[in-house]
Amino acid sequence: MIYQGKQKIWSDYQKEIPDNHWFYVRSCIRQSFFPASEGHFVKIVRDLLGKDLYETPHHTTCGGIAYHSDTIPQETAMTIVARQFSLMKEAGYKNLVTSCITSFGNYTEILETWREFPELETRIREHLWKACRREFDKPEYVAHASDVVYKLRNEIAEKAKFRLVNHETGEPLRIVEHIGCHYSKMFPHKGVGGAEYPCVLSGMVESWGGKVIDYPERRHCCGFGFRQYLVKANRGYSVSNTHKKFESMEPFHPDLIITNCPGCPYFLDRWQYVISEQTGKTYGQNGHGIPALTYEELAGLVLGYDPWDLGLQIHQVGPEPLLDKMGIAYDPARKYLGLDEKDIMKPGLPTVLKCC
Amino acid sequence: MDFGFSLSPSSAIDLDKVDLSLYRRLEQTVPDIRSCIACGSCSATCMAADYSGMSVRKLILNLQRGADVKKMLSCCMLCGKCTMVCPRGINTRKLILDVCRYYSDNKL
Amino acid sequence: MKESVVIIGGGIAGLEAASQLLALGLSPVIVEKSDHLGGHVAEWYRLFPDLSPAQDLVTHLVSSASGARIYLETEISRINALKDGYSATLNNGDVLFCKAVLVCTGFHLFDAAKKEEYGYGIYDRVITNRDLEHWFGGLEDARIPDNPRAVGFVHCVGSRDVKAGNTQCSKVCCMTAIKQAIELKEKFPEAEVYCFYMDLRLFGKKYEDFYISAQRDYGIHFIRGRVSEVSEDIDGRLLVKAEDTLSGKPLKVRLDLLVLMAGMVCSPQTGRIASMVRAEVDDDGFLRSRDNIYSIVESGRKGIFFAGACTGTKTVPETVAEARAAALSAFRYIKEKA
Repeated sequence: MIYQGKQKIWSDYQKEIPDNHWFYVRSCIRQSFFPASEGHFVKIVRDLLGKDLYETPHHTTCGGIAYHSDTIPQETAMTIVARQFSLMKEAGYKNLVTSCITSFGNYTEILETWREFPELETRIREHLWKACRREFDKPEYVAHASDVVYKLRNEIAEKAKFRLVNHETGEPLRIVEHIGCHYSKMFPHKGVGGAEYPCVLSGMVESWGGKVIDYPERRHCCGFGFRQYLVKANRGYSVSNTHKKFESMEPFHPDLIITNCPGCPYFLDRWQYVISEQTGKTYGQNGHGIPALTYEELAGLVLGYDPWDLGLQIHQVGPEPLLDKMGIAYDPARKYLGLDEKDIMKPGLPTVLKCC
Repeated sequence: MDFGFSLSPSSAIDLDKVDLSLYRRLEQTVPDIRSCIACGSCSATCMAADYSGMSVRKLILNLQRGADVKKMLSCCMLCGKCTMVCPRGINTRKLILDVCRYYSDNKL
Repeated sequence: MKESVVIIGGGIAGLEAASQLLALGLSPVIVEKSDHLGGHVAEWYRLFPDLSPAQDLVTHLVSSASGARIYLETEISRINALKDGYSATLNNGDVLFCKAVLVCTGFHLFDAAKKEEYGYGIYDRVITNRDLEHWFGGLEDARIPDNPRAVGFVHCVGSRDVKAGNTQCSKVCCMTAIKQAIELKEKFPEAEVYCFYMDLRLFGKKYEDFYISAQRDYGIHFIRGRVSEVSEDIDGRLLVKAEDTLSGKPLKVRLDLLVLMAGMVCSPQTGRIASMVRAEVDDDGFLRSRDNIYSIVESGRKGIFFAGACTGTKTVPETVAEARAAALSAFRYIKEKA
């Protein structure tokens, strides 16, 4: 592979990400799947790096799940988003940062729609006024939280206590990066690196010392996508897509998967259990599976936060082999103790996939 | 454990894994099979086409993709109209007979 | 004093026009921006459908135009209309006075790197038709493996594609693909060769026989459908995914080499040349002739003539014929004015 060819394409799709004063909107489902991710994003950006990141307790979901599942019409979703914008205007911010990738796609799509159909924007202003007497301004810049971490990746690398390197052999870890479809594929110009070779996650991985794996199904969707997995009988479609990705990445022996979407690491993590129960096959070394982390969890690991505070015990695929590879110390006894050392109970173990 | 769903099989044709042995045999006995352009003249004149799935165009395509052709062949009446119209001069009737002979020789 | 005609471009159109003008008793001057004559054809190996060597044609054209004054590595800075002719100022300072100007600036090859999904410039084993032609001619290319087991050709890269900025068909690439597929099979008889096409445009004399021979004698596989994505497998082979429209299913195959048939687009300097001679640029990006049936070599402006691919995609015999027609038209124009 000719690396300079990819870099030339990335340079065509660079975007200017502002580096301070963001208004943060959270995700509706990420707190359930990855409980500590958003908290650590705030901790790293605000407390550790000293940037201005504001979130209001009054903000809500963006309506993306309902919109993409066809349960609410587009105008309703737009009105919900308009309220978020009016909260942002009240707080005096112009840069919006979203935690979820579907939110990012939703906000971008709505702003593009309003740009092409200004009469729709006027109608939504009326709706919002009638609903809750609020007015809004459109944000100057919409970024995703992974864009912000990408922008700050070198500052994180400077403060890092661990690098993405196998501390016994000194080899960089082999990392698969998986980008959410709503980030790179809906509006390629709004994502760093375009649709074919997005570099928002590979940039992070490389500045933290890892090695990105390029494999044939790298750009394939993981199969998450609301309509197909909400109905149980349709989930075969979702799991087949993830299965295709795993079959393709297997010969490359990755150590870890990093993603920037809420649904993707959830699927890439949980489906390994389903695939192991249905076909008896596991990926990764010694039947342990390949850990799928979010970029906030990986940033937290690299900066030296405790793995159990980062919520890694909630993952289906056990993170212990990865932590051992990186040389990160952890206390196995504290794994299933929550906040204030409360016992949060142990899960049952799967029959095929090995978990500690 | 029954999850209520299962992995779906892929319909993609993997050209590195298909079985082309029957096509290779026919390339020896009816070399013109290679010059088929899938124009469909054969299927358009076929008397059996309306009422069954028979189509020489599909027969040749399935042979080239390693797919099954036996069911289709049972409906051919060997009238020879396809041979009359083929613009590339392929002896389609001989092709059909050769495939049938292969199946009967190997008791398939 | 012989009347002079300035020919912009020293490719096959310019050379043939110069040789005809010399035979008619005029004095042509060729201004060529690169360091060699013969244009694109000079870089090619063999021409379809007879597979005659391109070098023979170029050598013959260069020798029959040797009586003309030739400027290499020179461009035209300015052309001014005079009372009875034109003056062309070259970038080396010379000023040429002429009775007519013949534009033979030719075409430009589409930059295949713009189709990111095919991986030109990103994967080691992806090359264009021009790279392959150079290799046939003897140039070393590390991208081409010593013993490929499977090779693919992708038709219509940068042609018939509104997203690539060129909706026109580039005319010659289908025949070129078949020609290069046959030449590759001659070099590597055991390799499987696949051509991924949308439509096959084989319109000329003996072209269909060429295609039949490619299918029947060489066993080249023609798959109707676009290639969607090219990626690299762990052993460095390319994994190519395409749609097989005839069977209605997606298809994938592993190849050792992929050749992209990059199309013909207008050269980036067309706009500059057009404004210099006050000619119009058509909406397909090429120069606009006075009409497209009877007066292709005329521009509609007095004393300005066109020949070759500058007005649209052309094959080699068409270019040579147009060059002769343009030379004759220029000659008649000059004689009638006198």
